[in-house]
Amino acid sequence: MNKKDLISIMDYSKEEHLRIMDLAADFEKNPNQKLLEGKVVASLFFEPSTRTRLSFETAINRMGGRIVGFSDAGSSSVTKGETLHDTIRMVSQYADLIVMRHPLEGSARYAAEVSSVPVINAGDGANQHPTQTLLDMYSILKTQNTFDDLNIFMVGDLRYGRTVHSLLMAMSQFENPIFNFIAPEELLMPEEYKIYLREKGIRFFEHLEFTDIISEADIVYMTRVQKERFSDPMEYEEVKNVYILRNSMLENTKPNMRILHPLPRVNEIATDVDKNEKAYYFQQALNGVFTREAIIAHALNLK
Amino acid sequence: MSEHKKKLKLKVSAISEGTVIDHIPSENLFDVISILELDKTPNMITFGANLDSDKLVNKAIIKVSNQFFENDDINKIALIAPHAKLNIIKDYEVIEKKVVEVPSQVIGIVKCFNPKCITNAEPITTSFKVTSKEPIALKCMYCEKITSESQMVIK
Ligand SMILES: [Zn+2]
Repeated sequence: MNKKDLISIMDYSKEEHLRIMDLAADFEKNPNQKLLEGKVVASLFFEPSTRTRLSFETAINRMGGRIVGFSDAGSSSVTKGETLHDTIRMVSQYADLIVMRHPLEGSARYAAEVSSVPVINAGDGANQHPTQTLLDMYSILKTQNTFDDLNIFMVGDLRYGRTVHSLLMAMSQFENPIFNFIAPEELLMPEEYKIYLREKGIRFFEHLEFTDIISEADIVYMTRVQKERFSDPMEYEEVKNVYILRNSMLENTKPNMRILHPLPRVNEIATDVDKNEKAYYFQQALNGVFTREAIIAHALNLK
Repeated sequence: MSEHKKKLKLKVSAISEGTVIDHIPSENLFDVISILELDKTPNMITFGANLDSDKLVNKAIIKVSNQFFENDDINKIALIAPHAKLNIIKDYEVIEKKVVEVPSQVIGIVKCFNPKCITNAEPITTSFKVTSKEPIALKCMYCEKITSESQMVIK
């Protein structure tokens, strides 16, 4: 299997991660590189995700490619009971590349097995969303000029948040990272990731709140604490304000510190943070287009 | 030796050539038979369940005439019969004893415990990396979730 699928973040080697960073920088300088001219990309969204789909489709359009596909399963043959297997078999004969979002976990890995053309996972349920991680990495590199010696704060739902898990794995490849996990009791970083860090000798700390320590952070990665995640609604009521970032908390933070968020945000970052130069989440979203152009170019050996 | 035990011994050794698989938990006897595809073999097989054993209160035994197993095949039963012992019989004599070993990869056999896993939605052969042998923990190749020993269900 020499196809360059991207299913999980760790499918790429460290060298490939770095190559995507270089390519993304190149696409940022010149986003309209018509490398996909004459090519067809299938954009298969078995569940709606407007943000991710628009980012991918913008990337494809800027590269001069054509798009076929659907934006949610309701409008496709899937509702008629066609298996994922058959859909992918068919589409991989039409298209040069498949971008797929699907609610079931492991669906992207399976699609890659069935498909004769590369598959890029745009999210498979609660499992993986590797293009998000690569754009997070690109945002970190762009704002910090390095992947080494960074103190990374992860805040909010660290238990179910797939983006923080993948980012943790990816950033663990670099020199001397420090992780600070800030989460309520019910949403702590799962044990398996802590074991992973311990085995690699990487320092990490766990906290229930972060007002006093935020001055140490280079990156603050915010995620949403959802009410549905709590078995006891009272528990949620008690902690819901602890994991909200407010502009007043940024006073003594490092000058290079930047705030990231996978978006959409609800209330976990107060709107008064938006005008602070340390708020980076909207630029982060734009970086997603360049990063996805880079991933597509890499998958099809166009660069 | 009691009459009962003598009889048991006789039953077990009455095979001239083939394989005797011993120390199978009785409740998993039929899963072992199906994993080894003994339900499809043309060879004579006999089995007994709920026999006495030191290690297991309820052990089962399978005797297959004229059939020998590759290690890769026999290791498949390690998931449900980790203490199984094999006696390879030639000419009524035990010429070799084998124990099963949990393999590093498990293809098929087990269901992924994750209800949201694609392998539970479409006819896909499951595939797991064994991340722990004692107790058994299986990481799904597809959804990347870990099925623990207590969550294991045979397909
Ligand atoms: Zn699975």
